Amino acid sequence: MAPSDLRRPYKRPQLSDQQRRRELSLKRQEQSRDAELHARRLASTLLSLPPEQQPSESEPEPEPEPGSSSDYDLRDASKLKGPEARKWFAKQLMLPEWMIDVPHRLPHDWYVLPRPAGKRCFVVSSDGTTISRQRNGTILHRFPSALPHGSRNRDGSGPPSYSILDCIFHEMDQTYYVIDMVCWKSYSYYNCTAEFRFSWLESKLAETKARDPPSYYHKYRFSLVPWYDCDLSGLHKAYTGEVPFVKDGLLFYNRHAHYQPGNTPLALVWKDEYCSQYVIDTDNKGQVPSHQQVVLELQDDGKVTTSDDPPVVFSCLNLEFIQQSGLESGCLLRFAIGDGGLTIVDGKLERADLHYLGKSNRARAFADTYSKIMFQNMVRGSPLRIDDLVASISSSVDGASIPDVEMICG
Amino acid sequence: MALEVTQVLLNAQAIDGTVRKQAEESLKQFQEQDLPLFLLSLSRELANEEKPVESRKLAGLILKNALDAKEQHRKSDLVQRWLALDPSAKSQIKVCLLQTLSSLVAEARSTTSQVIAKVAGIELPQKQWPELIGSLLSNIHQLPPHVKQATLETLGYLCEEVSPEVVDQDQVNKILTAVVQGMNASEGSNEVRLAATRALYNALGFAQANFSNDMERDYIMRVVCEATLSPELKIRLAAFECLVAISSTYYDKLAPYIQDIFNITAKAVREDQEPVALQAIEFWSSVCDEEIDILEEYGGDFTGDSDIPCFYFIKQALPALVPMLLETLLKQEEDQDQDEGAWNIAMAGGTGLCLVARTVGDDIVPLVMPFIEENITKPEWRQREAATYAFGSILEGPSADKLTPIVNVALTFMLSALTKDPNNHVKDTTAWTLGRIFEFLHGSTVDAPIITPANCQQIITVLLQSMKDVPNVAEKACGALYFLAQGYEDVGSSSPLAPFFQEIVQSLITVTHRADAGESRLRTAAYEALNEVVRCSTEETASMVLQLVPVIMIELHKTLEGQGLASDERERQSELQGLLCGCLQVIIQKLGSSEPTKYVFVQYADQIMGLFLRVFACRSATVHEEAMLAIGALAYATGPEFAKYMPEFYKYLEMGLQNFEEYQICAVTVGVVGDIARALEDKILPYCDGIMTQLLRDLSSNQLHRSVKPPIFSCFGDIALAIGENFEKYLIYAMPMLQSAAEMSARTAGADDEMTDYTNSLRNGILEAYSGIFQGFKNSPKTQLLISYAPHILQFLDSIYMGKDMDDVVMKTAIGVLGDLADTLGSHAGSLIQQSLSSREFLNECLSSEDLLIKESAEWAKLAISRAISV
Repeated sequence: MAPSDLRRPYKRPQLSDQQRRRELSLKRQEQSRDAELHARRLASTLLSLPPEQQPSESEPEPEPEPGSSSDYDLRDASKLKGPEARKWFAKQLMLPEWMIDVPHRLPHDWYVLPRPAGKRCFVVSSDGTTISRQRNGTILHRFPSALPHGSRNRDGSGPPSYSILDCIFHEMDQTYYVIDMVCWKSYSYYNCTAEFRFSWLESKLAETKARDPPSYYHKYRFSLVPWYDCDLSGLHKAYTGEVPFVKDGLLFYNRHAHYQPGNTPLALVWKDEYCSQYVIDTDNKGQVPSHQQVVLELQDDGKVTTSDDPPVVFSCLNLEFIQQSGLESGCLLRFAIGDGGLTIVDGKLERADLHYLGKSNRARAFADTYSKIMFQNMVRGSPLRIDDLVASISSSVDGASIPDVEMICG
Repeated sequence: MALEVTQVLLNAQAIDGTVRKQAEESLKQFQEQDLPLFLLSLSRELANEEKPVESRKLAGLILKNALDAKEQHRKSDLVQRWLALDPSAKSQIKVCLLQTLSSLVAEARSTTSQVIAKVAGIELPQKQWPELIGSLLSNIHQLPPHVKQATLETLGYLCEEVSPEVVDQDQVNKILTAVVQGMNASEGSNEVRLAATRALYNALGFAQANFSNDMERDYIMRVVCEATLSPELKIRLAAFECLVAISSTYYDKLAPYIQDIFNITAKAVREDQEPVALQAIEFWSSVCDEEIDILEEYGGDFTGDSDIPCFYFIKQALPALVPMLLETLLKQEEDQDQDEGAWNIAMAGGTGLCLVARTVGDDIVPLVMPFIEENITKPEWRQREAATYAFGSILEGPSADKLTPIVNVALTFMLSALTKDPNNHVKDTTAWTLGRIFEFLHGSTVDAPIITPANCQQIITVLLQSMKDVPNVAEKACGALYFLAQGYEDVGSSSPLAPFFQEIVQSLITVTHRADAGESRLRTAAYEALNEVVRCSTEETASMVLQLVPVIMIELHKTLEGQGLASDERERQSELQGLLCGCLQVIIQKLGSSEPTKYVFVQYADQIMGLFLRVFACRSATVHEEAMLAIGALAYATGPEFAKYMPEFYKYLEMGLQNFEEYQICAVTVGVVGDIARALEDKILPYCDGIMTQLLRDLSSNQLHRSVKPPIFSCFGDIALAIGENFEKYLIYAMPMLQSAAEMSARTAGADDEMTDYTNSLRNGILEAYSGIFQGFKNSPKTQLLISYAPHILQFLDSIYMGKDMDDVVMKTAIGVLGDLADTLGSHAGSLIQQSLSSREFLNECLSSEDLLIKESAEWAKLAISRAISV
């Protein structure tokens, strides 16, 4: 019957620093464990998914898309395989958002790199072979490479391992340009900062002969993309510098950001006519349509949304119209933005003048992201110019606070 | 024999060591030779009115210790031993015990009460001794006061030992009736009234049904409130203790009484003796605890998730409660800041005020501000201190919008008081208040910064100056610096502290060298501040953090020089080593997280590891927890290079895993095994037999604290990932353990919140083990070894889903295991997976989860399953 001890902590913090150290250790261990499992799962899938036919761009009548993910049923699993795999894969790559306003502290917190034109893909090497898969899950190449365990040639001196690189395949010189590293010899870089990953990348690649010219056991050359601190000189070099590849805009990486699968504002892409041939989206025939076109996903309730998480709602379709047109939720639909344009209030989309064009091409796994639509919209009106980037860097260096870039769209 | 027992028991308390030892030895022999007779002899000794008090008391104590122990496994051994004892011996012992309750010797009665309660604690859950409560309560009205007192005391102890479920409501009613009647003002004996009041304290947990009945509750509450007015101090104290217990156990039943209780407590706080006044304040602190918990569960959006609604007692009492607490602040003791054990009415009132502020938020500010303004400049130090404390106490709870303007005005005053006030007590509280300002109103989440380029320099100068003040003031200044640094945690690549970094570090190191740094926890506070400054530092100061490495290494080296220390010195040495290893851990983690600094840092790795090994060598049987934590960070930073330390380090790793008593050390070591597995990968293989043996032994031990078991399972996963199919030979041991733990988690779920939390952490550990094993075996020809375990694992997943009490982490891990199973077993498990509930409803639920991590795991599982069943 001991009376309760009354004493409460007095003028002392609740949590001891020792407890804090224990908890931080546990957190580090938990993160490392999660990162490793994540990497293994990705590698496992990259390696074992059966090769698929490249979906044809001109297929006339798309198969009905599967129902929304919440009514997933095993009986449909084999049918789902294609699009589901594509959706899954696309979420594994770190997908930069489009730059629609200039981040603060560019010179302090960001790297800039010229983006090679080509196909974004994961390259995984393991067990004597190398496989590259595009964002939609289709295999681009299966080949021997000088990456660790990337060909049968290696005598396998080290323990079995897998390595995963984030690359862009540049057709013209048949080269994989490595833009990021996810795993190297089974060591996961997921929860490492961009700074850490980038600085390791060069020395890791140098351990192998991956940057050598092609040979029998090394079918494609791997190259690095130069990266710079995003100060005036870095931006200048990335924007105007000579590179061995065709440039398609610039990539910006926040140096403190971990490798985060899916869309992230901590990596950004920006382009203008000077550094890219593909600034404004073209249609199937390579023509710039007179009105901006967007691809949105139809939801259960008739709303059409972007692929962001959470999705941004652009409009809502009439249920009668949906029935008449035989549309199902989950369908990707193509719209043109009419003369009414996009109405933005307080930085939020309030109304969009959408005109329905039809279902989207079957090769598409995703609706557009909000940042892409806004970037394309700005490109057609008042684009974010290189001068704006330069001005932002200059004022950031001066220490002045940067006004948000005013966006007047439509 | 019986005669002899008395003498032996007396000898066992002899001053002469040899006599004592001999007596202890013969008691031990007696016990080993004939346990039933031994216990019976003791109970007869206890019951015999002719024996000396000393031998009777010791007999009772030995009986008590034969029935219960602190250590869990010893306790269960004793329980089993008693249950297996000869029934006739047991019943004779019980007769003796009940008889002793009527003894005229108070000590004999009191010891016996406790022994009876211990026997009841063992037997009642087994449905044995059913007549006990009845026989205690029979004729209670006719008993002479001393027997009544002993009976009530026994009932009180009994309620403490036995859980409410094992006593019928009928018997509970009888116990409560006897207890409450004993408390009644009409009871003539103070001893009886006191025993009854103390018994009620323990019986409250049994009174759920009675508190739900208005009439019975009114009666109990009336009697308790009356007892708070007893002329007898001990009775008032016990009655207030009951009120405090009622405030947390029956918070939702307080409404009709709260006004009366306020009057009673206010009178006690102002007029009664300190022990009673402290309980009266505690009542309100305890109500605050309840309301803070409830409001936290509301989560601000009032979805009413909490089972118990908030009655806002504190908010309603506020206009009277705050002045009452403010008055107590003026009753400080002269040297309370130097006395670690101090606890007085001013401290209790101040702590209560902090809790009230957290409970009501903004509403408290206008009630406290006039008190602060009136007193803060008074010549009497008590008034200045009380005003400062009042200010510090309202900094957590109210909104930043409300506080920032006030703090902006007060900051300059506080900085000046910290340097100029003549009173140490005032300075101590001022430094603490500054720390609270930085803790709650400074940081990236606060919109209007309190610390600006204009005042940053001054703040730091004042704090560093204060670190030279007397130890208790310097300690609080270190604490303030800790939170100042913490506020810049997410500052990006450039910190406003960077220009002062060198100076701050230098000052903190100087503090650790002060001759009086052992007082008031000063040295610890200085190292803690240093740790936080390092943690929150930016790359501009990375080179200075690097320079700190040899400095701390030298300090650690110095602690290793003293040989053959006396035990108190050894304790001090060990404490200092802990602080230094903790500091190194923080530095290693900091430098290891950025590539350029890590590269430079690893040059020190050999030397640091050498020091850690020597720290371990300072002790014989245990490992140093802080050194172990630091080694985990080192393994993470060095990666595969860590292999070279393994031959020497391994024995300490094993020692840590064997430390059942200090389970924190065991838990930390288990975590370090994970770090090492990830760092070494298959190079850990030579050590795995030893590590796995020890981990399996830990799991099967009933001595080890249960909280270590989940991380051990996770560690299986880490090892399996590291060594892949080489895990094969451990499967036959690990899998059954995982399976039985999984079954246990299905049984224990849902008992109470704490058990649910534990069950979830256990599930998470088990699931992480499965994920690690499946992914480790992936692509191995030995995959088929896992097929036979698949049905059980899928059942486990289904049972988790059906349980409906998993948390988000378990959900994520569980659905990930489904994916890993499908991924590794492929078509072999296709039909099994299709039959499982998890692959349908559970998966769908995860796919539509709003938690990104769950969704991501679910998408992986969906993909892996679709492949497994389509092949």
